[in-house]
Amino acid sequence: MPQQPIEIILSRQLADCMKVAVFLVDPAGNLLFYNEAAEGILGIRFSETGSVPVEEWASVFKPTDIHGNHLPPEGLPLVQTLSNRKPAQGSFYIDNRRGKRILITVTAFPIEGRPDTYLGAMALFWKTELS
Amino acid sequence: MRVTVWGCRGSLPSPGPEKNLFGGNTSCVQVMHNNTCIVLDGGSGIQRLGATLHQDIKEVHILLTHLHLDHTMGLGFFLPLYNPSVKIHIWGPAAIEESLLRRLRRYFSPPLFPVRLNELPLHPIIHEIDNSEFMIDDIKIQSGYICHPGPTLGYRLSFGNAKFAYMPDHEIGLGAANFPNEPDWTSGYEIARDVDLLFHDAQYRPSEYVDKVGWGHSSIDDTLAFAKMCKVKKLELFHHDPGHTDIQLQSILHEVMLNKQLDFEVSMCAEGNVYDIS
Ligand SMILES: [Zn+2]
Ligand SMILES: [Zn+2]
Repeated sequence: MPQQPIEIILSRQLADCMKVAVFLVDPAGNLLFYNEAAEGILGIRFSETGSVPVEEWASVFKPTDIHGNHLPPEGLPLVQTLSNRKPAQGSFYIDNRRGKRILITVTAFPIEGRPDTYLGAMALFWKTELS
Repeated sequence: MRVTVWGCRGSLPSPGPEKNLFGGNTSCVQVMHNNTCIVLDGGSGIQRLGATLHQDIKEVHILLTHLHLDHTMGLGFFLPLYNPSVKIHIWGPAAIEESLLRRLRRYFSPPLFPVRLNELPLHPIIHEIDNSEFMIDDIKIQSGYICHPGPTLGYRLSFGNAKFAYMPDHEIGLGAANFPNEPDWTSGYEIARDVDLLFHDAQYRPSEYVDKVGWGHSSIDDTLAFAKMCKVKKLELFHHDPGHTDIQLQSILHEVMLNKQLDFEVSMCAEGNVYDIS
């Protein structure tokens, strides 16, 4: 595998020491890294899965509405950021690997490096309390 | 390729009788191949290089890793800049907003320096690069951003099978995930992999690094692990702390090499050293 750009390496380092759950993806949407807090929400471990190709995301978690209906990927903040390179935010449910349905709020933003290189995106996500 | 060290001190020129062995001039390394003259960084060592440069050389390529003062402070004292028959190229890292030319002009202007770039007999040709690959005559240059404050490049120079990598300022401790187990997640790996000779930042003892995380430099044990990961043939520890005397540098090398079995050579780089890579 070729070496990751320094901006992506440093993003992983930052994610690794943050309490908030973080996803790090490349421009094609491959999941390069997720941190310990994300492991807790998703019910999987990075040491077991390693990076996850874009076509296998669906096996990691399933985005749904409150009734469990599958959500089309275009509406998800991270997918929007990947397609238009702009920050995006939204809330939705996920069914994680342990079969739990969790409401999460996601903020996604593009990672653009020096001098003007598009390198991927980072998504921060929080478990949202149901009211 | 013939590699000559004109300065390997880090951060600040620090000459003195207690530093005669490794030298006090800051980063400057010359790479010659036939009549091709490449100079890596313009630290204080470039002054002596300029004063002794052979008169047949009519073109010089200065490759700057970054614009910290210890890598640029000698530029204005490089005599060939004042010789209209020598064409000077300056290559350096692109930033996000300000051009390389504008950043260089900050140094070449009062109050820091009396002579402006456009007052030189021949304006240097400025080349802004990033993660780039290009040729200077027969030598292939690869540059890549590495972990150090501000835009900073590492360089890999190759001719045929001969490969040399130069990373005087590089903090591996921050720029790598799961170090040293994942080369593809390690800053600088592509620059240094499989080279015959690596000049790499080794400014701190492991015990000193603890208080200097984020300053942009490496602890010697990280540098050794990096060189091993990159499968280099020879490692020269570079960018010596201005406070370390010859005796201290020798004892640091002795300490870190104790009980280590390495399949590559390791030395403390010294000003005046010459290496032939073929
Ligand atoms: Zn330096
Ligand atoms: Zn520096």
